[in-house]
Formats: sequence, structure tokens, C-alpha cells
Amino acid sequence: MSAAVAVEAKDVSKIFGAGPGEVRALDNVSVTIRQNEFFTLLGPSGCGKTTLLRLIAGFEMPTEGSILLEGEEVAHLPPFKRHVNTVFQSYALFPHMTVAQNIAFGLEMLGKPKAEVQSTVNAMLKLVRMEELNGRRTSQISGGQQQRVALARALAPRPKVLLLDEPLSALDLKLRKEMQIELKRMQLETGITFIFVTHDQEEALTMSDRIAVMSKGKILQIGSPTDIYEHPTVRFVADFIGETNFIEAEVMQRIATDGQIKLPSGVVISHPLSENVGVGAKVTLAVRPERIDLVRPGTEAHLGGTVQNIVYFGTDTTFHVALDGSGQEVTVRVQNRRGHQEVLKVGDAVGLRIAPEAMQILKD
Amino acid sequence: MAETTPVIKRRRGRGFDVRQQTGFTTIAMLCFVMLYAPILTLVVYSFNAGTSVAIWAGFSWRWYESALANTQVQDASIRSLTIASFAAVLSTIVATMAALATTRTRNFPGLTFIYAFINQPLMVPEIVTGVALLIFFASIKVATGYTGLGYLLIAHTAFCIPFAYLPIRARLENMDLSLERAAADLYATPFQTFRRVTLPLLWPGILAGGMLAFVISLDDVVITELVKSGGQDTLPTYMLGQLRRVVTPEMNAISSVFLAISIVMVTIFFLLNRKKT
Amino acid sequence: MADAKPAPNFAARAAAAADRRDTRGRWLLSAPALLILLFAAIGPLIIVVIYSFLKKGGYGGVEWEFSTDAWTSVVFQKDIFTDEITIADAHLLIFWRSVKLSFLTTVMALAFGFPTAYFIATRNEKSRDLWLFLITIPFWTNLLIRTFAVMEVIRNEGIVNSILLGLGLVDAPVQIMFTDFAVMMGLLYVYLPLMVLPLYASMERIDFRLVEAGYDLYATRWHVLRRVIFPLVKPGVIAGSILVFIPSLGAYVTPRVLGGGRNLMLGNLIEMQFGQGRNWPLGAALSITLMAIVMVALLFYVKNASKTGARHG
Repeated sequence: MSAAVAVEAKDVSKIFGAGPGEVRALDNVSVTIRQNEFFTLLGPSGCGKTTLLRLIAGFEMPTEGSILLEGEEVAHLPPFKRHVNTVFQSYALFPHMTVAQNIAFGLEMLGKPKAEVQSTVNAMLKLVRMEELNGRRTSQISGGQQQRVALARALAPRPKVLLLDEPLSALDLKLRKEMQIELKRMQLETGITFIFVTHDQEEALTMSDRIAVMSKGKILQIGSPTDIYEHPTVRFVADFIGETNFIEAEVMQRIATDGQIKLPSGVVISHPLSENVGVGAKVTLAVRPERIDLVRPGTEAHLGGTVQNIVYFGTDTTFHVALDGSGQEVTVRVQNRRGHQEVLKVGDAVGLRIAPEAMQILKD
Repeated sequence: MAETTPVIKRRRGRGFDVRQQTGFTTIAMLCFVMLYAPILTLVVYSFNAGTSVAIWAGFSWRWYESALANTQVQDASIRSLTIASFAAVLSTIVATMAALATTRTRNFPGLTFIYAFINQPLMVPEIVTGVALLIFFASIKVATGYTGLGYLLIAHTAFCIPFAYLPIRARLENMDLSLERAAADLYATPFQTFRRVTLPLLWPGILAGGMLAFVISLDDVVITELVKSGGQDTLPTYMLGQLRRVVTPEMNAISSVFLAISIVMVTIFFLLNRKKT
Repeated sequence: MADAKPAPNFAARAAAAADRRDTRGRWLLSAPALLILLFAAIGPLIIVVIYSFLKKGGYGGVEWEFSTDAWTSVVFQKDIFTDEITIADAHLLIFWRSVKLSFLTTVMALAFGFPTAYFIATRNEKSRDLWLFLITIPFWTNLLIRTFAVMEVIRNEGIVNSILLGLGLVDAPVQIMFTDFAVMMGLLYVYLPLMVLPLYASMERIDFRLVEAGYDLYATRWHVLRRVIFPLVKPGVIAGSILVFIPSLGAYVTPRVLGGGRNLMLGNLIEMQFGQGRNWPLGAALSITLMAIVMVALLFYVKNASKTGARHG
């Protein structure tokens, strides 16, 4: 996976406005995106993900830092001189042109010969499965079809990088699921680097090769979907992606990289520690609800508590357990298997058992 | 002292602005200068102490005084204001009625016809309307012998109707029908609903329409020139006659006062229209 | 009888009656406006048509006798001595000048108005109102005064010539007044706001994400202007052009003041028939000709507007 670099952002900051009203949309961001990668910028609205995308596209220029496209500085280039294309959130299809004319636009602007334009347009229509609609006006086709045209239009000039700005947000759930698979297929078929912006964590997890989680103008963590989900390094990432229980603990002892950590229940477990965590430090453990087992209260349990609430979800059941002592609520999810009848009731005392590899020590 | 370095050094300027088009700002600025330079010159020279409209000889109110003392100007001004007031009031009343009849309704038989009829003066060149009225009124003059101000009053009222109608109609279309339904629900008779709900809400539109009509009437040259009988000069037709002779800054003074009135009216119109419902 | 009819029918009839009442009410409410317009705007136009088919009277007015002379003399003239019929050069020249000057005015207004409207449309919301207001003020000030202001600037003793003479660039004043150029400048000055306002109205609605998409797809500024912005604001361009062309064609005050006696346009020619010309039927025929041209232009506009409307709708 040590492919060549497609896009590199180096120490990029972007400040909108000036004086007391200025907004730091991006704060010293650096990221490297490899070729052929499906890379996702994930974060809540206002985190700077769209700004970063617009900087790469050339609609904004960085206040500080540089943007490299295949090793070449492009931060000063206008968008029409960058070999990247964008699929806009609103699609931004030209209303005064047909589907085919929209797709041909970029190729015409690049001065491609007519025959080539024609054949590329046909190939693109085929790629997005829209052959029969090429003569339609863009106002006469459905939202899902507009989405496909926008994709075809952006892919037609074979950009080095395709930028997608929340392209699926306007579609209904069923269509969105369909397009997620389509997008992945097109990325594999064309071999073009995709940079995808979304606030939808599920979308990010299902499609991406790698994800950068952003918040308040900074990139908090970059990694594969499994990395991000299984091993979040900061509290924001653990919280933003999926459901997480945060359990406060204390470092009792460390030998090399191995630490002895005391849980609120007083149970001490051993867990690998990073360099900067010393003895006596308070740490936060992140544990996914599905990685906790419910056991009988007793010696094999790491934590003890009382069942507060039971919610049946069909595929699984969620238990809200109040920990002994602190009263902190922990969520536990248990899959419903056939014949597996739950005997627990609200008010029952239970033990919680967590596999060591399911515990993630967070930085903050 | 001259070397004040900025606190934060930023590498680049504003960057690529997608809204920018090369040279457009320059042309726009040129346009505004072009629009205002002649008007400003005209106003400045109205204060000229000399008799020339090109050589500045110091500041003076003398041309305003001489315009004020000119009985022809006095007569024409009074006539202009009389006609404009009459035309504005009458055209606004009938336009309000017509607007109430033609908005917020199903497409009743004749709606398009009424709409086209009312807007017709906007589509016919003024000179044609003027000629038509000249011919028509000439035969009435022969038949009745009446040569009074009535012809100008009715002609002005007619071409003011669409100008009064449009802002009122616009206001009505943005008005919430449910308010009137609510009034009716609260036991108001149709007349009470109109007096207590519709009219107060519509008032800014009526005022705007009336003012537009007033300005339009005050500004008219062509139709007045063709329709007027002897000795019925309005201010614009008086000025048109004067332009044939040697022009003194008295013309500038009259124009400046005229301009001031127009600007005040337009400003009020703008403010009335800006307030959203 | 009543019990023979089923209830829904009765309701339908009641509704229809209510509709009729409503329609009558609305007509009554519109009646005063319609009557005034019938009397002092539309009715007289019909009389113009009748007059164009009458014989001219000795001292203005008409004689009530059918004649097509007026229509013939719109384009042809009869030699008083030989009765030979030739093309009326003087009329054609004025027709040609009217169309030419109106067309040039429209083109110039577009050249200046397009960037200006674009400039206003791309300001932020607060300053946009102010710029728009600045365009609106001249629009509502007296046309005669604005023409007079132009005259003050361009006449021999005017500002332009004073400056040129003062700088020693010319020895004698440049004659600008009483030329076609002066008339065109005047028309441009007077009708420019009529171009800017509809252009602005359509530019204000431009979705700048489309412009971004254009740049993203390798279009240069010129290409974006021509291929994206211009097609999007085409309805505004057409509306503005019509709004400038039509009043220019029928202009009376501006050519009279700035063109002098020699550089007449259609409006002056028409007026002349009721003044010194004393040929009312010809004046009527010329008026109808002017109106016909205007109607053609308007039809062109309506056809285009509905076409673009259907395209976007």
C-alpha cells in the first residue's frame, strides 16, 4: 500500500474574515493522500472538511501552507488549471445544457477533439448507466440521476483526483445505499483517487480505504475504517464514530510499555501504555458496547453494576447498566441469538467483562 | 516609521474569486460616473453667480431667486403639481380597486384581459399615445368647445394607472390570505375586514403606488406637449420650450429643485418597498 | 322540482352561481380603471387607425373621406408637378436612423449594463441595495432634465469642450451636439438603467456553484462568462434589450434636444405631422407603423421568455 502520493497538504491554515470576527476554518492541517485511494474527510458540520476540499479544488486559497498535487505546488493555481474535478453537494448541473452537454463541458474546455469528446461522453454515460438519458435536460431527470450525471461530468476529463462534497446527502436512504456501492465500484473501475467529504460515519466506514476525522479545523486521527473504529486515539473520535462507553481509570504501575491500570471497581488489569503516560495518571478507557460481556457478578467480572433499562432492538438488545459506586451508566449490547433467552430483569446485579484488546486508552 | 510590518504575515492575497470577472468593476465604476457626472454638473452650475453654464463665477442663489420670481415658472409649477396630485390620487384609487379585483383569485373569465388592459400604456410608445389623445381630444374640443385642464388631468390619470397598479398588486400578492380569513372567523363583516385588516396591511403598497404615479405624472413631457392647449405649460414642457433659447443657469436651478423632489420621492418609495410584509 | 335534483348537483350549481357573482364583482371593481384607460389611452388608439385612412385637411385635421394616401406616403412620395411616385428618401432615412440609433444604443447599453449589473449582483447584500438605489435614482428623475444634463456636458460651451480647449487639445470646440452620436449618447444615458435593472434581476439569481463547476471543469473566466453566466442570464439580456430598444425607437425628447432639427427620429417625424407638417393621416399612419414594430419586438420577447421559461421549468 505504499503507492505514490496524489495530494499532500502541508501545514495548511485557512482564516476567513479578519480582526475579531475572523474564523479559523483550518488550523495547521497536514495530510497525505495516496494514489488510487478512497480517502474520506469525516466530521461534523463546521469542522473544516469542506474548506479543505475547496482548497484542493482551488475555490479558496490557503492563508498559510501549501497544497501539492502529485508533488507539484498548486495552492496558487486557479481551479481551471488544476487537474482535479469536483462532484458538488448540489450537483451544480448546468440547467441550460442537456445531460450529454454537461458531461462534454470539461472535455470541450480542455480543447479535446470532437470525436474524442463524443466517445468519452458515451463511455461515461455507460459507466454511470445513463445511456438512454443523454439528450434530456438536467431539470427533467430525478435526483438520483442528477447525481450520476454530476459524477460522469466530473470523471469525464479523467482527473488525477476526484473531490466529492457530501454528494449523497440529498438522496433518500435506499438510493444512498445503492450509490455507496456504485461509487466504490466506479472508483475501482477508473482507478482515480477519490476524496470524499461526509458527516455520515457509516458512509465513511463502508466506502473508505482511509478516513481522516476532523473537528474544529484540525485532523484528529487518520486511519483505516477498522483503525478508526477499533482504536480511536482521542475521545472525540471514539465518541463521533459509533457508540462508546468512557470509563475513568488510574495508572498504578508501569513496566516498560506494560501498565497496571485500576478500574473504578478496584479491579486492576494490565494493558499496553503509550510513552507519555506515567504512574498515577488518570486515563480514559473507551469501550464499544458490543465488546462488553454480561457475566454473573463475581470474580471474573471487571466491573459490577445494576441493570437500569433494557431495550430490545431485534438483532440485539441494549442494557443500560449503572456502575456500583460511581453510578456511571454503561451501555452494553448483546446480540440476540436464537434460543438465547435473556433472564436478566431491571434491577438485577450484573458483572461486566471486557477483553483487554477491546479497551482503548485515550490521549486526553 | 514607514516600515510597519503586519502582525501576521499571510502568504497569499484573497486568492481566486469565482465571482470576479476581469474589467467588470472598472466598467461598472465608469458607468456610475457616467450616470452621475452630468447630473452633478447640472446641480453645481445652478449655483453659478455668472450667466454661463460652463464658466464658474462663484457661488450664488441668484438663479433660484430668479426662477422663483419668474411668473411663468410659478404658473407651470402650480399646474404640474395640480395635475400630478389629481392624477396620483385618482389613478391610485382606481388602481387599488383593480388590484384587489385581480389578485389572489382563481383565473376568472377576463382576468388576462383586464391585466393586459391595465398594463397597455406601458407597451405603447408615449408618442403614439400622445398623438392618439391629440386626435381624440381635438374632436371633443370641436364638439364641446371645452378647452380646460380636464384633458391633461384625464390623460395623466390614464397613463399613471399601471404605475400605481404594479406596486399595489405586488404587495397584495405577498399578503397572507389567512389574516383576512382569521378576521372573518372573528365575526368581521367583509367591509370591516377590508377596513381593519386588508387596508392597513396594503397601505405601504398604496402609498408607494401613489408616489410612483405622482413622479411619473410630474416627469411627463411627450403626452403633455401634445395634449396641452395654449397656455397650459407644465414645468417640463415649459423647460422644453426654453431649451430652444439661450440657456441660463435658471434652467439648472429649476432642474435641481425638480431633481431634489424626485430623489426624495424615490427614497421614500424605496424604503416603503423594502419593508417586508 | 327541487327534490328531483340530487344534492351534489345543487351544490355544484350554487358554486357556479357564486363563481359568477364573484366574477361580476371583480369586473365591477376593475371598471373605473378600465373606463379611464378606455377613454384616455386605448380608445383613442382605435381613432388613430381610422384617421390613417382619411384625407388630410387643409390646416391640420382631416376630411372624412376614405384614402390610402397616408399609408402610401409612409414609404413613397408623389412629385407635386409630375405626379411621379418615388421612394420617400426623407422618411426612409429617418426610419433607418431610428432603427440604427436604437440598435446601437441597445448594444452600448448592454456593453455597459452587463458588467454593471454583474458588479451589483456580486456585492454583499447590504451594499447591493445601495448600488441598486444609485441606478434607480436616474431612472426616476425627469427624462428632460437628464437630457438637459447631457446637453450641458457636450455642447460647444459645455464642460467637455471647455476642458479640451483649456488643455489646448483642440483649437475650436468639437461639434458634438446635433449629431447622431449626440442622440445616441443621450439615449444611452437616459435608458441605461432600463438595461441594468432586468439584468440585475436575473443575475441576482445566479447560482454561483454553477460558476464554480465551470471553473472546476477547466473553463477560463471568458469561457465561464460565455458558456455559463451568459446563458443563465439570457432572459434578463433579452428583457433589458427590449426595454431599451422600444423607448429608443419612439424617442421624442432626446433627439429633439440633442439632435436639433436635422437629426430627427421617428418620434419627431410623427410629432411634426401634427405641427408644421399638418398631415394628420400621415402622422397616424406613422404612429401605427411604430406601434407595429414595437409589437413585433414584444412578441419576440414573449416568445423567447416562454421558451426559456419552459426550458428551466
